[in-house]
Amino acid sequence: MDGFAVQFVSGLKTTVLLALVSGALGMALGLLAAAGRLSRWRVLSRLVGFYTTIIRGVPELIIILLIYFGGTVAISAFFGRYVEVNAFLAGVVSLTVVFGAYTAEIFRGAVLSIPTGQIEAARSLGLHPWQTWLLVILPQMLRIALPALANQWISLVKETSLISIVGLTDIMRVAAIGAGSLRAPLTFYLAASALYLTLTSLALVIFHLLERRFAVPGR
Amino acid sequence: MDITLLLTSMVALASGIPLTLLLTFASLVAGLVLAVPLAFMRASSRKWLSLPVLAYTYVFRGTPLLVQLFIIYYGLGQIGAIRSSVLWVLLRDPFWCCLLAFSLNGAAYTTEIFRGGIQAVATGMIEAAQAVGMSPLQIKRRIIFPIAFRSVLPSYANEVISLVKATSLASTVTLLEITGLSRKLVSETFAPCEIFIAAGVLYLGLTLLLAGFFHVLEVWLNGTPRAKTYKRRVTLQQVAHGQ
Repeated sequence: MDGFAVQFVSGLKTTVLLALVSGALGMALGLLAAAGRLSRWRVLSRLVGFYTTIIRGVPELIIILLIYFGGTVAISAFFGRYVEVNAFLAGVVSLTVVFGAYTAEIFRGAVLSIPTGQIEAARSLGLHPWQTWLLVILPQMLRIALPALANQWISLVKETSLISIVGLTDIMRVAAIGAGSLRAPLTFYLAASALYLTLTSLALVIFHLLERRFAVPGR
Repeated sequence: MDITLLLTSMVALASGIPLTLLLTFASLVAGLVLAVPLAFMRASSRKWLSLPVLAYTYVFRGTPLLVQLFIIYYGLGQIGAIRSSVLWVLLRDPFWCCLLAFSLNGAAYTTEIFRGGIQAVATGMIEAAQAVGMSPLQIKRRIIFPIAFRSVLPSYANEVISLVKATSLASTVTLLEITGLSRKLVSETFAPCEIFIAAGVLYLGLTLLLAGFFHVLEVWLNGTPRAKTYKRRVTLQQVAHGQ
């Protein structure tokens, strides 16, 4: 088990990096998608609606397998020779797509719960539409969305374990390798679950502090 | 993209639907049976009742389902006592391991959902039931549970849908449900785009169907006959009185 401590540390780094990168990109995608869903253009709103409905109705594992294996086939066809997609990259793309769909719905709900008077006030002050979004809607919406975002970030941390299925050396994969080579699956998978529990607890604490810092008065 | 291949693989993958549904509903029922008493314990004001349940839900909601499944499928065999016990007949079989993992994981989420519903039942309702002379068990069965169940139905519907999606992990322990079949088919034909999209369409159909069912159930359970309002008549009366 001693030799695996180093490997677990590098697996932990991969898991954390994957979660942070796809979480940040996913939130950006979610913001854009929420804005698109609330847009006056029917076509755009419909398209984003399709995106969130489809992604949320299909298992994450299918999306990951599709992007990893489908990506390999598509890129190989493009270059005319076999190119294997990087597992980390495939993980970032698939988790971003999934996280974006869920956060889009969260952000949409939060924007809708802002009183319209706020937006009318911003307009009457002569703020440009993007100024209204950036200065009035975004700060209020983010703190309403915080509790739901916390849950989604915790799911994201747990979903990163699925990328090990396409060969990324994260916590889960290190545990699987150790379990196989030392014939001690229980020990290694319990160690992995302890690491994941630490990560999700950390996310919980961070969001708890954020919620306290940005508490909505009167809610 | 080969549309014919997509359609034929959809037909081939459809034979995995029964196993996906069996896994979903069996773990749904087992999870519900487990979650209802646990939710009452978790909502209890007695610490020695609620804290152990909190520990259970915290651990099961804080770790990936994949790890839980692997601990049960690969890990439990490491314990000699389990290998030599009668339980090994079940725990050696990937189907029962999946069922155990999905039930325990689903029960943890369902417990927390129901706990919220139970704690949100108005105290006046419980006091009224006490005043009528109902026993604590009667109050739970006739008053608290029906009210709580209705109020948490939307969250419970989401939980059921995530359970359908979670059953795709059964493919990692060799079960041939929709995802398992699609992975097998991909390794035979190497046409991942068409086959995984076909699998996705099947899952989407299942989840949309379930979402629709829960929507109907919600309307039906909340379907108290509404008081009829006659907007136009009211305005006419106001006009008449105004004159």
